[in-house]
Amino acid sequence: MNFKLKDIGPQLITVLVVVLVFGFFTYNAQVNMENRGIDFGYGFLSQESSFDVQFSLIEYDGSHSYFRAYLVGLLNTILVSVIGIILATILGVIVGIARLSPNYLINKFAAFYVEFFRNIPLLLQIFFWYFAALRALPLPQDAEPMFGISFLTIKGLFVPAFIWQNFNIFFYSIVAAIITIIVIRYQAKKLQENQGKQIPVLLISIGLLLILPLLSFLIGGVRLEFEIPVLKQLATTSFIYEGGVSLPPELIALALSLSLYTATFIAECVRAGIQGVGKGQKEAAASIGLTPNQVLKLVIMPQALRIIIPPTTNQYLNLTKNSSLAAAIAYPDLVLVFAGTALMQTGKAIEIVSITMFTYLSLSISISLFMNWYNKKIAIQEK
Amino acid sequence: MFKYLKQLTSLVAMVAVLFTFTTETMAAKKSKTLKNTQKKGFVRCGVSQGLPGFSNADAAGNWTGVDVDVCRAVAAAVLGDANKVKFTPLSAKERFTALTSGEIDILSRNTTWTLSRDADIGLTFVGVNFYDGQGFMVRKSSGITSTSQFKNGISACTNIGTTTELNMRDFFNSKGISYEPVAFEKADEVVAAYDAGRCDTYTTDKSGLAAQRTKMKNPDEHIVLPETISKEPLGPVVRQGDSVWEDIVRWSLNTMIEAEEYGITSANADSMKTSDNPQIKRLVGAEGEMGAAFGLDNEWNLRIIKQVGNYGESYKRNIADTGILPDRGPNELWTKGGILYVPPSR
Repeated sequence: MNFKLKDIGPQLITVLVVVLVFGFFTYNAQVNMENRGIDFGYGFLSQESSFDVQFSLIEYDGSHSYFRAYLVGLLNTILVSVIGIILATILGVIVGIARLSPNYLINKFAAFYVEFFRNIPLLLQIFFWYFAALRALPLPQDAEPMFGISFLTIKGLFVPAFIWQNFNIFFYSIVAAIITIIVIRYQAKKLQENQGKQIPVLLISIGLLLILPLLSFLIGGVRLEFEIPVLKQLATTSFIYEGGVSLPPELIALALSLSLYTATFIAECVRAGIQGVGKGQKEAAASIGLTPNQVLKLVIMPQALRIIIPPTTNQYLNLTKNSSLAAAIAYPDLVLVFAGTALMQTGKAIEIVSITMFTYLSLSISISLFMNWYNKKIAIQEK
Repeated sequence: MFKYLKQLTSLVAMVAVLFTFTTETMAAKKSKTLKNTQKKGFVRCGVSQGLPGFSNADAAGNWTGVDVDVCRAVAAAVLGDANKVKFTPLSAKERFTALTSGEIDILSRNTTWTLSRDADIGLTFVGVNFYDGQGFMVRKSSGITSTSQFKNGISACTNIGTTTELNMRDFFNSKGISYEPVAFEKADEVVAAYDAGRCDTYTTDKSGLAAQRTKMKNPDEHIVLPETISKEPLGPVVRQGDSVWEDIVRWSLNTMIEAEEYGITSANADSMKTSDNPQIKRLVGAEGEMGAAFGLDNEWNLRIIKQVGNYGESYKRNIADTGILPDRGPNELWTKGGILYVPPSR
């Protein structure tokens, strides 16, 4: 017998306690719901939702089902999270590096930014950006055009819509460019390993990404036209832009505040990562004749990333979960649409809250898994 | 001798068991919520997070409003003191869960009585304390004077989790107008966003529009359009399953309305005890046994009128004198051209 009671005993007890606690809560909820005449079931998901949502990535109106409303909320949550993560990462890396800058002004400015934004509660920042923006932005009729085609107003950012002809040819040209680049990179690496020759991969890549789509315009029959937003009068002092694409101010304010807030934490991760690489590494790399750029790219960053990735994953998770504060400023995310309006119209509190919790859990675990995979990929390869 | 003693003890035990059984059922007949309330010494009442005229707290934390008065009336009836109420401010989203989960015992929070709410989610509506309807507010400068001037692309600010969202959709759909709904969780943010110019119109119950207008930067710049797009009978709600408690809340509200009908006010209630009219005497506890069925004493209704006042007093104090809706409209007694009509206390 390899198993000893001493070893598995505590684990058995833990499992038992978890099962009992979970069972008790389920039983308790069942009894109480029965006493109060509340039905339990997910049948409502297929019923007509009969409420509209301000902003949706898929076709939706009140004649669709509650499940569709759930998807609308979920996609909006993912949208603002993705925008937030991209912006926060770019800003975080810049500020993180700036904090290590020998330039006094840049250094102090970055430090001030980090200390300021990470020490104010996020909800306050969201309110600030939203209502500050609403106060500061012009009414549609007073808006100055940006580049003659876009309008930033209190009712949102109105940008031209792309109207494509033969969009699929354009799309294939980009796919072809990307595949060619991957092949060239692979060959270039082989070439360097075997013969020590270097070819300018970056330049070739950029060139390919420009030339192939350009060719698709010239000989592929691809046409792109812009539908520029046009001012329309609704009433004496009430205007709106029609045509084009409109981004609601709620989305802009939310993405802005989420990324400004999270970028401070990412900046600290980046700074810690770079400072965590031994000074000797840099000096050794310089001594074998690598240029400063190569030192950063080939020696410092690969090692720093190993320190940066795990805590940055936490920040990505935080940002995704924090996006649920959207409800405060009317951005129709999962919490506002599903755990808000849908919950109220159906009264299915336990069902909807459990679905919402499970969804956030799945989102977070997906991000975690992806980042763990990436972390493993860049980890030291023991040979 | 011992033989008999044994039989005697078993007989006593049986009687004792029977007796406790009967007293148990007598007590069970009395409402569980009522019992708990009397034990705690206060009524647990769910109200809004601040709607002038209905339920609003001043700087000192004192709640006033017609919805608040319903809870105060119940406290006066069951505890003898209208001030023994613990108010819990709730968002539209939280309100029903707070009631069904037993956190509060009365929900008096400008809540619309609808079939699905009454039937579906473990709630029982006990009456109507305000007849309302959904309307629209616009800026005067927009030149809009009627909803028929609404055009495609109009943006409308509102609250989530209310019938408002559904009515709005029904309204715009029936007119074939495309619109942008901007829905916030809290009323304060709706007002701030509309006031800043985010939306062309602000839609909610008309009483709510009138009340929120007073919070705007410049109330005179806004008007409420004449059209009413829905029926919104607002009233107090209790949990399903405690019919005695339900009756107490229903008849506390009815007492306030009927007292106005018979001209009984907080000032003259005591002197009405000697009235010649038996209906008036019943309303001030001077005739009949009007409290026994609820498990209350006979002056429960007198206390409501003396401490809270009749419906007319409550309306005047909270809604008319504060300038929210000076005209009572449908919320006038049926005898004076309104639709307030309650069953008789007898």
